[in-house]
Formats: sequence, C-alpha cells, structure tokens
Amino acid sequence: MPTNFNGMKKLGKNRKKNNKAAYWMVSPYIIYFLIFMAYPLIFSVVLVFNKWDIVSPMHWIGLKNIIRLFHDQLFFQSLINTGIFLIIHIPLQIFLALIFAVLLNEKIAGRLFFRAVYFMPVVISGVVITILWQQLYSEQNGVLNMILFHLGLPKIPWLRSPSLAMPSIALMATWKNVGLYIILFLAGLQSIPKYLYEVADIDGATGFDKFIRITIPMLNPTMILVVILSTLGGFSLFIEPYVLTGGGPMGHTMSTVLYIYKEAMLFGRMGYAASLAFVYTLIIFAVVLIQRKVIEQES
Amino acid sequence: MKKFSVYFLLTLGAIVFLYPFLWMIAGTFKPEIEIANLNLIPQHFILQSYKNVFLKIPILRSFFNSVFVSVSVTLSVLFLGSMVGYALAHLEFAGKNLIFGIILLTMMVPFQITLIPNYILMVKFHITDTYLSLILPGMLSAFGILLFTQFFKGIPKDLLDAARIDGCSEFTVLYKIVWPLSKPVLITVGILTFMANWNSVLWPLIVIRQRALMTMPQLVTIFVVGGQAEGQLGTKLAAATLLAVPVVLLYSFFQRYFIESMASSGMKG
Repeated sequence: MPTNFNGMKKLGKNRKKNNKAAYWMVSPYIIYFLIFMAYPLIFSVVLVFNKWDIVSPMHWIGLKNIIRLFHDQLFFQSLINTGIFLIIHIPLQIFLALIFAVLLNEKIAGRLFFRAVYFMPVVISGVVITILWQQLYSEQNGVLNMILFHLGLPKIPWLRSPSLAMPSIALMATWKNVGLYIILFLAGLQSIPKYLYEVADIDGATGFDKFIRITIPMLNPTMILVVILSTLGGFSLFIEPYVLTGGGPMGHTMSTVLYIYKEAMLFGRMGYAASLAFVYTLIIFAVVLIQRKVIEQES
Repeated sequence: MKKFSVYFLLTLGAIVFLYPFLWMIAGTFKPEIEIANLNLIPQHFILQSYKNVFLKIPILRSFFNSVFVSVSVTLSVLFLGSMVGYALAHLEFAGKNLIFGIILLTMMVPFQITLIPNYILMVKFHITDTYLSLILPGMLSAFGILLFTQFFKGIPKDLLDAARIDGCSEFTVLYKIVWPLSKPVLITVGILTFMANWNSVLWPLIVIRQRALMTMPQLVTIFVVGGQAEGQLGTKLAAATLLAVPVVLLYSFFQRYFIESMASSGMKG
C-alpha cells in the first residue's frame, strides 16, 4: 500500500506543521487581546491615579480621584438611579416574560406569529424605541396620556416627574427586551420533562400547584440567566436616558454610564471618568456575584 | 374557555407591541397637528416629514457608513474568529489552555472599564473620525471565538485528517472543509455581530464627530437630541422609521435565524 504509506508520512509532516499553523491562526487574537484588552485594562488603572484631558501632559494626583469619587453626589445618585431601574425592570420583566412564555407554550395556532411580534422590539435599535416612546410619554398629547384621557383618567407627567422618570424608562426597557426573555423561558419550559406533570396529575395537583412546585423550580437555570442578563443590560443603560431626558429631571435619570460618558466627553476628565468606570466595574462584579449566590442557595 | 383566554391575552400582547410601531409609521405621513390622535390612517397624507429628514441630515450616507462598518466587522469576526476557534478546537500547541482561559476571562470584563482607555488608544493612533476607529475594536470577539470553538469540537477529527492527507493546509481545511459544515454557527455569530454593531451608539458617539462619517443610529440620535429636528414630531418619527426599516426588512426574511441566534447567545453566555 505505497500510496497510503505516503499519505501517512504526509500526515505526520502536517502534524508538525500543524503547530506552526496554529500559532498563525491564534496570532490575530493575541494581538487583539494585547491592544484592545490588556493595554486598556492596565491603562485604566494608570488613569485612576492621574488627572488628564488627553491634550496636556498627564498629571499624577495619587488617590485624589478616588477620594473625590466617594464625595461625589452625582455618582451616588447615578448608582441609585441604576438601582431603581434594576429593581423595577427585573421583576417586571420576569413576571411578564413568564406569563407570555406559559401562554405561548400552549398548543395553539399562530404561535410563530405571536413569537415573531413579541421579539420585534428586541432587534430594533434602542434609538428607534426611545424616539417612539418619547412621543408615547409626551405629557400634553402623547399616546399614553391620550388613552388615559379617553378613559377619564388624569394625565401622568411620565418623564417630567423626578420620581416617575426612571420607572418610566424601566417600563420602556421592559417593553423592548421582554421578547428575548419570553423566548428564553419558552425554551426552558419545553425542556421540562412531561412525566413530572403526569405524576402530579395522578396525585391530584391543581394547575397552580404544578406551576409553583414543578415549573418554577425547573426553570431555575433560566431564571439565573435572565436575572444576570438583565442586570448586565441595566448596568449598561445609556442611550435611553441620553435621548429621552439627558439625565434629567434634576439628575434623576442620570445612569452611571451616561455620567461617565459626560465626564469624559463633555468635560475631558479622563482620569476621573476612568476612576468612575473602575469603581463601577467592581460594583457590577459584586452585584452579579451576590445574585448568583442568592439564586443558587434558593434552589 | 381556556383557549379563548389564552388567545385573548396573546392578542392583547401583540397589540401592545405592534400598535406603537404602526402609530409611529402612520405619524410620519400625518401633518403635525394630526399626529397626536390615535388613528393609524392619516386623514391628510403628506411626505413632508421624510423630505425634512433627507434635506437636513446625510441619512443615506450614514446608512452606507453603517452597512460598511457592520459588514466589515462581521466578516472579520467570521474569518478571524473561526480561525482562532479552529486552532483551539483541533490543533495542538503550547499555551493553548492559557489562551482559552484568557478568552473566558475577558468575556467577564464589562465594556465600561475599557471604554475610555480604548478611546484614548484611538486618539493616540490618530484614527478618531475614521472608519478604522469603528472597525478595529470590533474585529474579534471572545464570545464569537467561544461559539466557534464549541461548535468545531463536534466535527470529527478523521474528516480533517483525510483532508490533510490530501495535502490541504490548515487554512484550506478550515475554509473548505469546516466552514461548509458549520452554517448554523456562522449564521449565529454573523447575526449577533452584525446586530450588535448596527445598533451600537455609545462607541460611535465617542469616536466620530464628523457628520459625514456618522453611523445611522448615531446620526439619528444627534438629529433628535441636538434640536435639529426643531421639535417637529413627524420629522423625528420619520428619522426613527428610516433607521428601523433595514433591520425590520432583514428580520422579516430571516426571522427564525434572528430569534434562534439571539436566544442561543443567552443560553451559552
């Protein structure tokens, strides 16, 4: 079998060349990692200790950025705003997504149509959604207040009221994202083994019992995923307040990312903005870790 | 009875999602005073809002910018990302586990922390206000590499060895043998990358100032926030509608792939 032998020899040679090819193939990632990940991470630590507007030379100021940050009212307000957003957005989203996932899990005609409709806002740019909702929320003649008016109810200052503005943004974000979580829960529901429900039927369980004792516990992995994904989404909140309110009224919709953006791009305070981002990242890590622990313990 | 209530709630949901979009599109064809009412059919049909948008901002140029940037980034992530994924899945080399570990770690790094240093990098490279500043930072993605690696591991080694015996180089094996077998993962990574780039606004706002180079969502944002729309609702809605059209068209043709890709990204992330 001379040909086969030749082939085997070739294969052996290729296996060695394999190594060289492998380095060629991973080299783009190594370069990319060094430039766009390793260097920025190290540089962000350097920035924490410096005052810098990019144009003039960097100025070492020790811990002054960090000290200032702990006395920065606006930073704390932005964290509270982000917290308010998350506290409203996450439960509302889980509640609605669960209901519609259960409905879509029924054997009915038109499922694909409903699924496609619910998912549409997920793919459309946040800019479009925000411009649209700016009109829906408009106090004088917005769609929502017109509907309230036709129902004989008073108009609501959705975005003008300091206490309502952030909840309004959370409601809009829920409308935009809930389609994704419906799909995730639907996938979760379909992976629950049918026999669990059949056994419960024999035991005479009601629909509600089955939902609480079988469906919810079995959906736990999906729940963790949904909570973490929407938490990370909430921590990235930027375009919605940027377009809708500019952070107002009186800073009540200033998200932390918007605040960092303004510090860096409007005031040119690179060192301080990087310090904000640094501390913010630590907070994100802490929150996600705690969430993970809590949900895992409950299951 | 149960069926009825299921349909009732599902239809109610569909109205809540569809009506605002239909109202928005109707609003772009209504005169200003008519927009506030809840009708979906304009009483006086006008095109002035669209004329305003095309007159005031280079919207077609921004559409081209967005297409160019998103397509470049997507092609790069597909070609380079699958290359790295292939090496990690099927080749042996020193430091492989280290690189894989780094990829997993970087996936956990929130973008917020690298945002400003990356902007400074663009300034130092003198590429702010160029396409490069929009394309370079997106050319690879740790998540994309991970999806490729996982998928490629499922392709039998014998198949690759057979191609190697025939004298194929690793690059030929990847693009001629592995790619045709990997359509699902190519579609998933392609859609996710394209959508993330198409919808990105924060990064363009940071690195692009020249109007002619702005991406479509960025230009529409600046138009609406910057007061150039002069408080005209119809014009704002027309700009938003034009921004939505390309994605809605894509979505209506490849709806199943969009939903599956985005759902699977959640599962594996």
